[in-house]
Amino acid sequence: MIEIKDIEKSFGSNTVLKGISATFQEGVTNLIIGGSGSGKTTLLKCMVGLQTPEKGSVQYDGREFTQMDFEQRIEIRKEIGMLFQGSALFDSMTVEENIMFPLNMFTDQSFKEKQERANFCLQRVNLEGKNKLFPAELSGGMKKRVGIARAIAMNPKYLFCDEPNSGLDPKTSIVIDELIKEITEEYNTTTIVVTHDMNSVMGIGDYILFLHEGKKFWEGSNKEIAHTDIAELNDFVFASRFMKAAKKNF
Amino acid sequence: MNFTNFGKYLLLLKAVFRKPEKIKIYMKAIFQQMDFVGVGSLGLIAIISTFIGAVMTLQIAFQLVSDFIPKTIIGSVNRDSSILELSPTITAIVLAGKIGSAISSEIGTMRVSEQIDALEIMGINSPGYLILPKLIAGITMVPVLVICSMFLSIGGGFLGGTLSGAVSPSEYIQGITTDFNPYTIVVALVKAFVFGFIITTVPAYEGFYVKGGALEVAQASTRAVVVSCISILACDYIVTQLLL
Repeated sequence: MIEIKDIEKSFGSNTVLKGISATFQEGVTNLIIGGSGSGKTTLLKCMVGLQTPEKGSVQYDGREFTQMDFEQRIEIRKEIGMLFQGSALFDSMTVEENIMFPLNMFTDQSFKEKQERANFCLQRVNLEGKNKLFPAELSGGMKKRVGIARAIAMNPKYLFCDEPNSGLDPKTSIVIDELIKEITEEYNTTTIVVTHDMNSVMGIGDYILFLHEGKKFWEGSNKEIAHTDIAELNDFVFASRFMKAAKKNF
Repeated sequence: MNFTNFGKYLLLLKAVFRKPEKIKIYMKAIFQQMDFVGVGSLGLIAIISTFIGAVMTLQIAFQLVSDFIPKTIIGSVNRDSSILELSPTITAIVLAGKIGSAISSEIGTMRVSEQIDALEIMGINSPGYLILPKLIAGITMVPVLVICSMFLSIGGGFLGGTLSGAVSPSEYIQGITTDFNPYTIVVALVKAFVFGFIITTVPAYEGFYVKGGALEVAQASTRAVVVSCISILACDYIVTQLLL
């Protein structure tokens, strides 16, 4: 479980996050949604320590993260897996080397054990046999799947995904969403997905946190999101013609 | 570099020297970087040093037209100029362009494509993992390249001088072997060590703090070469002042 309390973050005079609190449970897919510039990626970066909030706390199963020094954070970071918007695979390494990288750094496993783990992770994301390819040889969807494979290599307790569907076609997006949901339930991870993709919201949003202009506007599940009377949320959810047309079926 | 940047540079260096996560992984990276910095630059340094040595000999011969000055002085002047100044400084400036821009754009691209964020999320000390192997390769291989450059520059002087007839082989060899002061080698190696440090850390700093995209990476790469060259020349003066 990850608990955030009263998170505030500014860039110069621009306050991006205005006192956000929420609790993200394990074993369910937690979504942070909102329009562009609403502060969702900044919130994610504050949670994983890539940015430092001016105020507030982030607790990983009761362990206060924001006050920890570099060495203390390493222990929590070993329990974190993250899928980046652009996949962030290491260009100079093959798919297999990318997945084995955290294992090389933090475990004393033999090469064979690490290779078996990499093969298992690749199998888990349906990319068997792609071990020796370089990231430049992969499609966008394949890169995302390798990103997920690398993220789960160390059996993380916490899985973060930043815009996992950006730049992907609808079919591949659904594959990635389902993969994230399956992994969350299978490994009982605390999964947090930042997205503005309504297919993801309706498909895998067990818990949804809606941000608007740096403030928490609403929280609930995908079953409740279509039935609120919050104008800002309705504007976001039913922005597309497809969702407007589908509204009467909710 | 203003004071804020210099402070950030020092803080980055402090992070670089944190305890490595796994020595074995770092050693592999160090050897790869030594190959890139040392072996990969040897050809270029060899060509430049040989020609500079040859041109130096011709120019010294051109300026020393008096019958009262023995021609052996051509070898002596070429030797001391090559060892003390030309080999360390020219090698460093050439490497700042070749290695410095590569380091800056590599790390800068990793920054803008979130690869550095990925390292940090994994719990890896990204400055240490990315910069320490390059730094160690720089401070070990630049002195090696400078030593090669010294020999090749003096050898180039021999070729240039004898082929053009500006100096005879025996006069040149007598010149380079007369009144040799080994301390000049020490000064040159101290310079090479300092330059190796600059060539790797300044571009790494410029790349590490890039914000934006491809344009900013290119700008950081240019800035890295300019700042490295100015720093090399400034440190050249300081080291020479302190040691001679």
